Amino acid sequence: MVFKVPSNPNHSVSSFLFRRCAVAACAGEEKRVGTRTVVVGHRPVSETDAYVAQKFCDNRIVSSKYTLWNFLPKNLFEQFRRIANFYFLIIFLVQVIVDTPTSPVTSGLPLFFVITVTAIKQGYEDWLRHRADNEVNKSNVFIVENAKQVQKESEKIKVTVNGEVRLLSLKLVGRGRCVVRAGGGMSCPGELTHYAVRDTTVLCTDEAIDALTATIECEQPQPDLYKFVGRIIIYRSNQEPVARSLGPENLLLKGATLKNTKKIYGVAVYTGMETKMALNYQGKSQKRSAVEKSINAFLIVYLCILLSKATVCTTLKYVWQSNPFNDEPWYNEKTKKERETFKVLRMFTDFLSFMVLFNFIIPVSMYVTVEMQKFLGSFFISWDKEMYDEEIKEGALVNTSDLNEELGQVEYVFTDKTGTLTENSMEFIECCIDGHKYKDCISEVDGFSQTDGPLKYYGKAEKSREELFLRALCLCHTVQIKEADQVDGLIGHPEHRYTYISSSPDEIALVKGAEKYGFTFLGLENNFMKIRNQKNEMETYQLLHVLNFDPVRRRMSVIVRTTTGKLLLFCKGADSSIFPRVQQEEIQQTKVHVDRNAMDGYRTLCVAFKELTQKEYDKIDRQLNEAKMALQDREEKMAKVFEDTEADMHLIGATAVEDRLQEQSAETIEALHAAGMKVWVLTGDKMETAKSTCYACRLFQTSTELLELTAKTVGESERKEDRLHELLMEYHKKLIQDVPKNRGGLKRSWTLSQEYGLIIDGSTLSLILNPSQDSSSSNYKNIFLQICLKCTAVLCCRMAPLQKAQIVRMVKNTKGSPITLSIGDGANDVSMILEAHVGIGIKGKEGRQASRNSDYAVPKFKHLRKLLLAHGHLYYVRIAHLVQYFFYKNLCFILPQFLYQFFCGFSQQPLYDAAYLTMYNICFTSLPILAYSLLEQHINIDTLTADPQLYMKVSDNAMLQWKPFLYWTFLGAFEGLVFFFGVYFLFQNSSLEDNGKVFGNWTFGTIVFTVLVFTVTLKLALDTRFWTWMNHFVIWGSLAFYVFFSFFWGGVIWPFLKQQRMYFVFAHMLTSVSTWLAIILLIFISLFPEILLIVLKNIKEKSHQVRNKIIRKVPDSLSARPSVRPLLLRTFSDESNVL
Amino acid sequence: MGFWSWGVVTLQNECPGNTLAYSSISFFYSPTVNDCPFFPLQIDYTGTEPSSPCNKCLNVSWDSSPPCTCTINFTLEHSFESNVFMYYGLSNFYQNHRRYVKSRDDSQLNGDNASLLNPSKECEPYRTNEDKPIAPCGAIANSMFNDTLELYRIDNDTRTPITLIKKGIAWWTDKNVKFRNPTGDGNLTALFQGTTKPVNWPKPVYMLDSEPDNNGFINEDFIVWMRTAALPTFRKLYRLIERKNNLQPTLQAGKYSLDIAYNYPVHSFDGRKRMILSTISWMGGKNPFLGIAYITVGSICFFLGVVLLIIHHKYGNRNTSADIPN
Repeated sequence: MVFKVPSNPNHSVSSFLFRRCAVAACAGEEKRVGTRTVVVGHRPVSETDAYVAQKFCDNRIVSSKYTLWNFLPKNLFEQFRRIANFYFLIIFLVQVIVDTPTSPVTSGLPLFFVITVTAIKQGYEDWLRHRADNEVNKSNVFIVENAKQVQKESEKIKVTVNGEVRLLSLKLVGRGRCVVRAGGGMSCPGELTHYAVRDTTVLCTDEAIDALTATIECEQPQPDLYKFVGRIIIYRSNQEPVARSLGPENLLLKGATLKNTKKIYGVAVYTGMETKMALNYQGKSQKRSAVEKSINAFLIVYLCILLSKATVCTTLKYVWQSNPFNDEPWYNEKTKKERETFKVLRMFTDFLSFMVLFNFIIPVSMYVTVEMQKFLGSFFISWDKEMYDEEIKEGALVNTSDLNEELGQVEYVFTDKTGTLTENSMEFIECCIDGHKYKDCISEVDGFSQTDGPLKYYGKAEKSREELFLRALCLCHTVQIKEADQVDGLIGHPEHRYTYISSSPDEIALVKGAEKYGFTFLGLENNFMKIRNQKNEMETYQLLHVLNFDPVRRRMSVIVRTTTGKLLLFCKGADSSIFPRVQQEEIQQTKVHVDRNAMDGYRTLCVAFKELTQKEYDKIDRQLNEAKMALQDREEKMAKVFEDTEADMHLIGATAVEDRLQEQSAETIEALHAAGMKVWVLTGDKMETAKSTCYACRLFQTSTELLELTAKTVGESERKEDRLHELLMEYHKKLIQDVPKNRGGLKRSWTLSQEYGLIIDGSTLSLILNPSQDSSSSNYKNIFLQICLKCTAVLCCRMAPLQKAQIVRMVKNTKGSPITLSIGDGANDVSMILEAHVGIGIKGKEGRQASRNSDYAVPKFKHLRKLLLAHGHLYYVRIAHLVQYFFYKNLCFILPQFLYQFFCGFSQQPLYDAAYLTMYNICFTSLPILAYSLLEQHINIDTLTADPQLYMKVSDNAMLQWKPFLYWTFLGAFEGLVFFFGVYFLFQNSSLEDNGKVFGNWTFGTIVFTVLVFTVTLKLALDTRFWTWMNHFVIWGSLAFYVFFSFFWGGVIWPFLKQQRMYFVFAHMLTSVSTWLAIILLIFISLFPEILLIVLKNIKEKSHQVRNKIIRKVPDSLSARPSVRPLLLRTFSDESNVL
Repeated sequence: MGFWSWGVVTLQNECPGNTLAYSSISFFYSPTVNDCPFFPLQIDYTGTEPSSPCNKCLNVSWDSSPPCTCTINFTLEHSFESNVFMYYGLSNFYQNHRRYVKSRDDSQLNGDNASLLNPSKECEPYRTNEDKPIAPCGAIANSMFNDTLELYRIDNDTRTPITLIKKGIAWWTDKNVKFRNPTGDGNLTALFQGTTKPVNWPKPVYMLDSEPDNNGFINEDFIVWMRTAALPTFRKLYRLIERKNNLQPTLQAGKYSLDIAYNYPVHSFDGRKRMILSTISWMGGKNPFLGIAYITVGSICFFLGVVLLIIHHKYGNRNTSADIPN
């Protein structure tokens, strides 16, 4: 299974080639446990080593749910698993089997409509998935087969290779290193460098590859994208097999594209649905919104109403029928069959018949309308021009439409710092070498520039130390050079011939910083790093080892050999991880600078070095290789070697890199605060840096009292648990016990009282969440949570990705289960994005992982403001109104029918014609509410964005609580009573027509129905605050359609109908003046409470406005006062460099 | 003020010449009192009270012949000026019972020959009789109202019959489109060959009337009956009394007698039978409901309007005064 990956910069889909596929696995082992063995080239390693050629999963990617054949049954099955659909199916079946008042068509047709619409939507989505699958499966791959390249369709091959590729060899740019750009289905951060195993880099031709005999042992498929543990064993004739370790840097994920390499050869280790990418697709769980829970609760209420209605009617029917002349008067005899059935059975069928008659009270079309509303509504987010970012030429992205309304309910916002609040575009600001500050002065403000370079010295360190420091900056990184003619990268400098590419923007900033001081990194060639120094001389260093950066160690190192043969280890990392590993006496001078820089909000890194003797190096080299070969516990072993290696170093200096705040992030945070949301910042940065950023983006105000639970306050000693306990108790007392309890009504208006901010770091957090043996400390978590919930702002620094998710989960599961939102841009935020109710990804510099796993992705943090305050609010109001309206309109639809039973001897006589019963929900009243729920802006979008206080109005699911529900229910009941009894009294008259002719029962029903349709539609018109031509069209169009349909329906003798009940009923109804007067009157009476309410509300609002006008004069002047600029003014402006 | 004046207009139409207050009061009078000339006159002839002349017919059966007849005398206090409509009213008669409503075959009534001989199953148990299809089938047709009402004016002991017009009482579309006799050659008797009369009817459908354009399925009494009523107490148009000339009112004030051929048993199900005489304005029969409702709603609106106006006025004052301090 060897294949080649040719690179084609213009095509994002790589083609793969491979030969005689051979994948073998150690049989009998549990999936995902143990290892699998892949034999390269399907060639037995030796005669004795017989393996069982196991059938492996093929390389077909199947993300689609249905095929052409199983679509209908499978889709139907899935749809009927929904309670509501199943309920209607039952009703339909009852109608078919039992003699019921309405024909099966009345409930069958709406059900069919709903099922069809849903099936079409799902079918369309599945078709899109099929298309995407096909694109991948039909793509061409090149396979090395008998030393020749053969082109084949990816899918046709027995065990195809669309899977992860392990690099075997590189051709052309054979530096043993290649850059892979995230493309297609891949989502690792930006560009990554992948390496080939050293022993195979020489195999650059098809023949050479074909001659290779090797096996690869690796793990069973695992979803973790950043972990891969494997071993390649290369067999050479007459030689001992060579074993080499394989790590994630050797593995290409599915969908990757080559960047600076023309082609590569690879071996497929995982294929098809077993690739890491495919395994990751499956893990996403469905998120359900709070609105749906409310809908279900209401549904149960209505189901109870329905059941009680049917029970009441059945009981009354038999009470009424106990009178023989009621049961069977001479004019209305029962059929023989009816007489012969048992009474119990008759009662049961009667009950079912009443159920069928009243079943319309459960809104059949609501689910489909809600679904359509969500599906269509989500386009408004992606269409929003204000959320379009010119820089990346993209707008917002909606990954799921199920959570639109949840955006209006957010109570907690968890945000990442780097790349979310800040721009993640780093700029080298200053450095300090041996305690001397070196600051850049590019500007010409400083009139007398110095002759020996663009540097301004604040005192000077030894020249050799300076050079050492700058060399360290130049060498200790994983930055790649890219030729300038194909500028495509994220950091492109037109004046340079080349650009730097790296997965971390910090490193680029550092390399560029070094360049300013005269040391230029020229690239890496055959493991030799080239540097041009201040004197324009070339220096080359052999790169021996890279001790990669990881968030746990928070540092990285390189081991290089100078031309003179000296072995040097350079290490850079966070101060907390460097200081313990250097000579203690060196720390003090640098620490001052580091702390000050951190206070200013810069990201600081410390640089240290150490000289190694050959002996030491040999030992390290051996240990590293051993650890890399390990299949089990590789991480632990590696970490240990790293720990041992990076010790006893000498501190050279520190750097300060600025990460500028994103535009308007402070305003956004302020707005979120004002909207009653609590903003928590979860970051991996150091406390001081994070704190100053928090001040800069006004998460903390100057008036905010800060409570700190950090390593600093808690201390390091073994007493820290006691100290923590003390602190927790103190804070708890301050926040909860001392605060008067009279704030019950003002749940979210903490603006009145003292604001508290909490700062906690990772180590303290883990102390709280995972207390040691002591059982008394187990309630730390509770106390901590109580403290957290009382604070307006919480800053969690030095968080590991998993801790972020832990915090989100902790808040999510508190009492009242508040709606949480996580926003982040990097791979380390994915866990918290998935954990929160709503996950938002920023399409930032750290790749697309976050935005892929999110529910919504926006280009910038500032867009959160509009997304929540305007879109979220509107979506919530719309869907809440939609739900309430649906229940309301069906209640006043069915209530007259129920009341009519009292006047027709409980005989289940329907009040309305079957056509009206059928069409009511799907034609006459469906479109206006859909248009409303898509377009309504009860408050102007700009007002919503500008006034965050409005967001609080809909907090806590306010519009779907029982109170509004009861209001709507009573409104529906009132209107139902008005409709029925209004027409009832009208019919007390001898005649309604001027020629004395009389109306029958169908006219009665039609009048009620006409009033009904007009009332519910006009009620919606009254509620509509934002009229577009579409609203006008559907509202007046629906009414016109109703009139037109009624004329048409009654105007023809339909041959397929058994009874021509409606023949000219509607037309006759309209010839009567009394009917007109009655219809107008009844509509008016029904809407009267609503009109009155609107008038009263208007008056209240106006008087409120006047009061506000007076009050607002004061806060206006308050808010106009320049907000107290936090410590770092420079983060706001570009003049920062001048300071 | 719009609703206010509407209410006045409505009432004036119903009872011209009277004041508004009077009209409202008249609503509370018992219906038998006939003070207002436009108020319908109702005569209950069920005969449950022993004193009633129709008491003797109370337990009449369907096929009694000769039919039991009774006469009720009444006095008209005011004359009816315009056309008078004569209704019969039934109470506690569930024409809107589901089993009853669906017990008909509209295609048979539409003149479909196949349905004539093979009526719909919905007509059970009134579908066939002695293996012959019933025309018209179903419970509705079977229970057609068959009392005969005749009106006489008593002038100095002489009984002058009042001309009752039996055509023009059904909807035009029903009479001309929805209800059709079977098609074919020959007279109605031949066309209904092979069918039998409904069980309760004394004579077959083709002998309902002597005039051919009012016979068979297109008999207007039959069509009127076939339009099922909405409520268990209902009335149906029976006859028209047209005003002959402009000199005389249609029905002068005075003594009248109502001759009833009592065929229709209602006592078994506790029903009532009434004869109603009513005139009709351009907006239909007398309808206190609409008038009262419009007046009530109008007054509420007016009252609220005044209240809100006052509030607005006061609030408007506050508004200006609030601006001054600034």
